[in-house]
Amino acid sequence: MTEDDPLEVAARWREEGRKVAIATVVDTWGSAPRPVGSHLVIDGEGAFEGSVSGGCVEGAVVAEAAEIAAGAPPRLLEFGVADETAWEVGLSCGGTIRIYVEPLEAAA
Amino acid sequence: MRLDDLKRVNLAREGRRPVAVVTPLDGSAGRVVLADEAAGDPLADELAARFASGKSGRVSTAAGDVFVRVHNPSPRLTIIGAVHVTQVLAPMAIAAGFDVTIVDPRTAFATEERFGSFNLVAEWPDAELLGLDPQTAVATLTHDPKIDDPALMAALDAGCFYVGALGSRKTHGKRVDRLTAAGYGPDAIDRIHAPIGLNIGAATPAEIAVSVLAEIIAVLRAPPARTTARVSEKTAA
Repeated sequence: MTEDDPLEVAARWREEGRKVAIATVVDTWGSAPRPVGSHLVIDGEGAFEGSVSGGCVEGAVVAEAAEIAAGAPPRLLEFGVADETAWEVGLSCGGTIRIYVEPLEAAA
Repeated sequence: MRLDDLKRVNLAREGRRPVAVVTPLDGSAGRVVLADEAAGDPLADELAARFASGKSGRVSTAAGDVFVRVHNPSPRLTIIGAVHVTQVLAPMAIAAGFDVTIVDPRTAFATEERFGSFNLVAEWPDAELLGLDPQTAVATLTHDPKIDDPALMAALDAGCFYVGALGSRKTHGKRVDRLTAAGYGPDAIDRIHAPIGLNIGAATPAEIAVSVLAEIIAVLRAPPARTTARVSEKTAA
């Protein structure tokens, strides 16, 4: 496994005491750029590793994830060309994706 | 997800043990299921199918939708020959997600200086040492039949998903004769990709490495139907 594997990075960041959220592609329709199961991990400062798209929606996911890392409840995000914000954060490839974003909680 | 669960997942992945994460999409707590222990899980059948296909996905249950993230071990690439092509192929294959092992009994080639950061084995490639399986690709690159042939035979015996051999058509003709003499039939020998690599007109070691890795990925990702079609075409021809 490489050092920049997103799930390895997430565990390392959390152990360093950083707040961390994990975003996962859970559904895709059409020509989605990254397959179901792809991960993007984000820390409370907006640093991230991995990808959930070809770069088109990462910015929006990172913004949502920062809140979730800080304690907001998990959220299911949807992005697609039909989205009214498509011009800003839609998928240029014409697909639709759903992304689940959850916090990485400290061990109970 | 909890950190201790994530650490269990990462430990399983590092140990090449298949593992799944089951995450309810309503925000309630998920669970980590090792393939060995999946039979006792409420989603046993679903998990068994997903470990077999390697596909993650959403599953509807009585309690609501869950997402099943399957982590099967990475495909492996065993490269026979610590040669110039290997110096480029190994890091590219690692970047593409393969677990890479380099085998070369010639200690002048298999040096720490050239390959120190890789999993390097300076031994003869016999079947036991190689430990091949159907999730492994084998590329023989030494040009030396004494080293390449035993590895090719081990790869065919183990059912490796990809077997490729460097060398011209003429070299391969002689190789086919040797393998035939060793008892391998045309079906087995046809599984060897030779000359190795996609035909992209590769001229340099780095370009050959690109063509080899591209061919391995093409075979790995080909839907089963396409593979069957190719095999039957070859048989027909």
